[in-house]
Amino acid sequence: MSTTILFTIISLSAIGAGAAIILYFVAQKFKVYEDPRIDQVEEALPAANCGGCGYPGCRGFAEALVKADDISDLYCPVGGNETMGAVAKILGKEVEAKEPLVAVVRCSGSPEHRKRVNEYDGASSCAISSALYAGETNCQYGCLGLGDCVEVCDFDAIYMDEETGLPVVVDDNCTACGACVKACPNDIIELRKKNKKDRKIFVSCVNQDKGGIARKACKVACIGCGKCVKVCPFDAITMENYLAYIDPNKCKLCRKCVTECPTGAILEINFPPRKVKEEKKDAAKEKKAEVSDKKENDSSTQNK
Amino acid sequence: MLKTFTKGGVHPAESKYSADSAIEKLPLPKTVSIPVAQHIGVPSKPVVKKGDKVKVGDIIAESAGFVSANIHSSVSGTVSKIDNVLDSTGYKKPSVIIDVEGDEWNEDIEQSTDLKKEISLTDKEIVQKINQSGIVGLGGATFPSHVKLSVPEGKKIDVLIINGVECEPYLTSDHRLMLEKAEEMLVGIQILMKALSVNRAIIGIENNKPDAIEYLSGLIKNYPGIEVQELKVKYPQGGEKQLIKALINREVPSGGLPLDVGAVVHNVGTAYAVYEAIQKNKPLFERVVTVTGQSVKKPSNFMVRIGTPVNDLIEAAGGLPEDTGKVINGGPMMGKALNDLDVPVAKGTSGILILPDEMAARKPENNCIRCAKCVSVCPQGLEPYLLNKLTQLEKNDILEQNGVMDCIECGSCAFTCPAGLPLLDYIRLGKSRVSRILRSRKQ
Amino acid sequence: MNKLLTVSPSPHVYEDTTVKRLMFDVIIALLPALAFSIYFFGMGAIYVTLTAVVSCVAFEWLIQKYLLKQEPSISDGSAILTGLLLAFNVPTNLPVWIIVIGSLAAIGIGKMSFGGLGNNPFNPALVGRVFLLISFPVQMTSWPVPKGFNTGYADAVTGATPLGVMKEGIDKGEAVPEIMNQIPSHMEMFYGHMGGSMGEIAALALLIGFAYLLIRKVITWHIPVSIIATITVFTGILWFINPEANADPLFHLLTGGVLLGAIYMATDYVTSPMSVKGMWIYGIGIGVITVLIRVFGAYPEGVSFAILIMNAFVPLINAYIKPKRFGEEVKHG
Repeated sequence: MSTTILFTIISLSAIGAGAAIILYFVAQKFKVYEDPRIDQVEEALPAANCGGCGYPGCRGFAEALVKADDISDLYCPVGGNETMGAVAKILGKEVEAKEPLVAVVRCSGSPEHRKRVNEYDGASSCAISSALYAGETNCQYGCLGLGDCVEVCDFDAIYMDEETGLPVVVDDNCTACGACVKACPNDIIELRKKNKKDRKIFVSCVNQDKGGIARKACKVACIGCGKCVKVCPFDAITMENYLAYIDPNKCKLCRKCVTECPTGAILEINFPPRKVKEEKKDAAKEKKAEVSDKKENDSSTQNK
Repeated sequence: MLKTFTKGGVHPAESKYSADSAIEKLPLPKTVSIPVAQHIGVPSKPVVKKGDKVKVGDIIAESAGFVSANIHSSVSGTVSKIDNVLDSTGYKKPSVIIDVEGDEWNEDIEQSTDLKKEISLTDKEIVQKINQSGIVGLGGATFPSHVKLSVPEGKKIDVLIINGVECEPYLTSDHRLMLEKAEEMLVGIQILMKALSVNRAIIGIENNKPDAIEYLSGLIKNYPGIEVQELKVKYPQGGEKQLIKALINREVPSGGLPLDVGAVVHNVGTAYAVYEAIQKNKPLFERVVTVTGQSVKKPSNFMVRIGTPVNDLIEAAGGLPEDTGKVINGGPMMGKALNDLDVPVAKGTSGILILPDEMAARKPENNCIRCAKCVSVCPQGLEPYLLNKLTQLEKNDILEQNGVMDCIECGSCAFTCPAGLPLLDYIRLGKSRVSRILRSRKQ
Repeated sequence: MNKLLTVSPSPHVYEDTTVKRLMFDVIIALLPALAFSIYFFGMGAIYVTLTAVVSCVAFEWLIQKYLLKQEPSISDGSAILTGLLLAFNVPTNLPVWIIVIGSLAAIGIGKMSFGGLGNNPFNPALVGRVFLLISFPVQMTSWPVPKGFNTGYADAVTGATPLGVMKEGIDKGEAVPEIMNQIPSHMEMFYGHMGGSMGEIAALALLIGFAYLLIRKVITWHIPVSIIATITVFTGILWFINPEANADPLFHLLTGGVLLGAIYMATDYVTSPMSVKGMWIYGIGIGVITVLIRVFGAYPEGVSFAILIMNAFVPLINAYIKPKRFGEEVKHG
């Protein structure tokens, strides 16, 4: 070996070794002690970093879990009960099994039902549009259709239907992280209990105007007539500000309110179609069946 | 070289079609709906109920805090209901709806039009009476005027600035007021000077109104302490920070008020309303509104009672043109597009602008080409392209550092952007998010 | 009224400047220089320009439609402009296939790989030019001597540019005033009677374009003036110290790509700073690096590299050099 090569090897090795020693001491001196459990917990988490738990990313949640004495209030919506069970085992703490939730869009105001009375030409953002005015229709509470909820979803669980201008939730992908709920300026999306076979019954309306005004703005609005409240055998429905609300925890999916509703504001999703009984309600029922069918076809038909 | 502000600014086409139309009294409407929130601050509380009979000038809603204003009936008749009605904010808001019967005025109001020059009230009494009369900034901001006149301890005011600039294209209500009610306005300015205990007032007027400049310059000989200053035509010359810089070369600090540099700014319309309130006991219930636009048959300036439906004004100006694309409450740079023409005229309605179809659509949108034109026109020295991007990325802390709260929402950036980007849409969204964060920090 | 009212946030009126109009204004500003070049170089100039423009536009369209699956945006004129500027930077006898490769580098690497118009950190035409210079050094440095309009594409006779002659001469140790006798006079260089690329030769034509751009408010004066001033001062100092070994400032301004670079390449919106202070730093940087490369470096021409190096600094300049905000200092009258 020539002296050049020898000299090069020696000098570079010496520099490398020197650097390694310096780095070792620096790393030791400035080492931050971290509870090794944080790493273990982070491994068990789904690594979606969606913020649905309320903490900045999965690492942030792992730190909170390790620090907290009582973790029964902490929950990862993406991982669900399985993940929380694994975390509980690692930490030796207790968790309660929580009911899975799913996002539900509570508006049926497509152009077919809700007339457009002006044209919006501003930036494509619901937040911007709602700050400006009440929207393209006479219902100032309903969906603006500009897709802030779609933008913010990390799980491809919501998309905008071209024809209806309304968002559609893909139940199978939805992790109930709550991002779309926060993004909607009109509070139209709600996290509701996830039932067997993805069945849902809910009031697909958030309009708080008096019945006549609501109905004029949208044909399938809730007019606050109260018939559903009266007919519910489980006291699951309440009425406030001319708007009915079905408590998902009390509702037993008996579908009586769906039949009773005169405008078709209450929707039943993923139920088998039923025989038409009354002549009078044909038109309303057909519309409802259409909407249920459409949602049935759109969402996955896997049974749990 | 004409005086003007030094940073930024744009030159939209002036289009002052109604500059030569004298102010006409608009006939009374059949009903008025008077919103209880026509001003910045706390909405007022109604003090009338269904069935009450009211006269012109009677108080119908009371100020509900320091930053709030009284609201007076603009008509005589019967209160038909107090309900949520669509107004120019785009949403339904609580309003007092009155069915008009006749035109009976409150006895305290002096209805003669003789000029009354003598000011008999003290400075504190003036501020109190302005408060009682429900006077708010008539330039469009609707800030309760008595608040501006209540100078906190430790701040010294040495000049009153009167905004006769009317930098928004198309609008001419201030212009006509300066020509037709000049002396009343000058007395109003003297009243304001007394209220503030200053002996210097400057009226700033853009030089596209040479008749007003000439006329007022002649009159001020009889009004000591008041000066008239001609200004270069540049938008937004009428923004109070820009106006102060142009007239007395002082820059209001970021996050500060004109008080911090020793100045108070009032619109010429407000000065006129102050004259009427102090000298004639007439509270604020009517104002001059311009109705204009390329296709409007009769561009006009109307004296309108608050609460009159916008439709009435459009009818009186020759009806809604066939090719109407947009109807705007205010001017084209900062005004608000209306979605319904039955909304009422409020204290802040300076004009109704009807834009034809070909002007109603926005420019097609491209990528940002980083041409920096928005940076060069921003009068506040901000970087609109950056604020736009930061808002879309939701980086609120960096937004705050880059001065988003200094934005005066003048629209120069979006006006100029060659790529047609909706810069101001997102900057406004960024401002609302940051102001929410700032408010929660204070608590 | 049957139609619906349009509602959107303010402002409701707009200036009629569009991206397309700005791009085409720059193309128009380059037309005097193009005309001169065709007059001096003949068919070569036409072939090179056409090839560069057509291939740039074609590549942009193909990449956008088939690779990126987007709506092609060739109608905004930026690809045409890149093609034109690339043509201005290469010899007029450059083989067609090399120009096409250069266009692919300019559009594909320099522009599309970053996300299209508005997202590229480096000037695409310069990326193309430097790519070609390093890949095909011989063809890219054989500059045709102007022989007039009737010169066919293949007829061009090559010779060194004044800048090349000067560099070689100084390296060999010759005295500068002697070298000056071998090259065209300053006046001739001003009008365009010298060898080089299309963008180098006609100072007068380029300055006419500059005036047009200023009047149409397409660019501001800050970047070109800062570059030219820096080069003048720097080379002036060197020339003052030793006029035997350094060419005078006017020589430096009229040869090579200084005017083309300062007026048309450095002022490219996407790759230049967003504030006036930033533009000055950018211009001074380009001036300094250009002179360093020309005087102390291996290449006779430094403008392309200088601009690309300063392009890399632009994000840093934008992050730290902010425009002065209104109300930053409290002034009392």
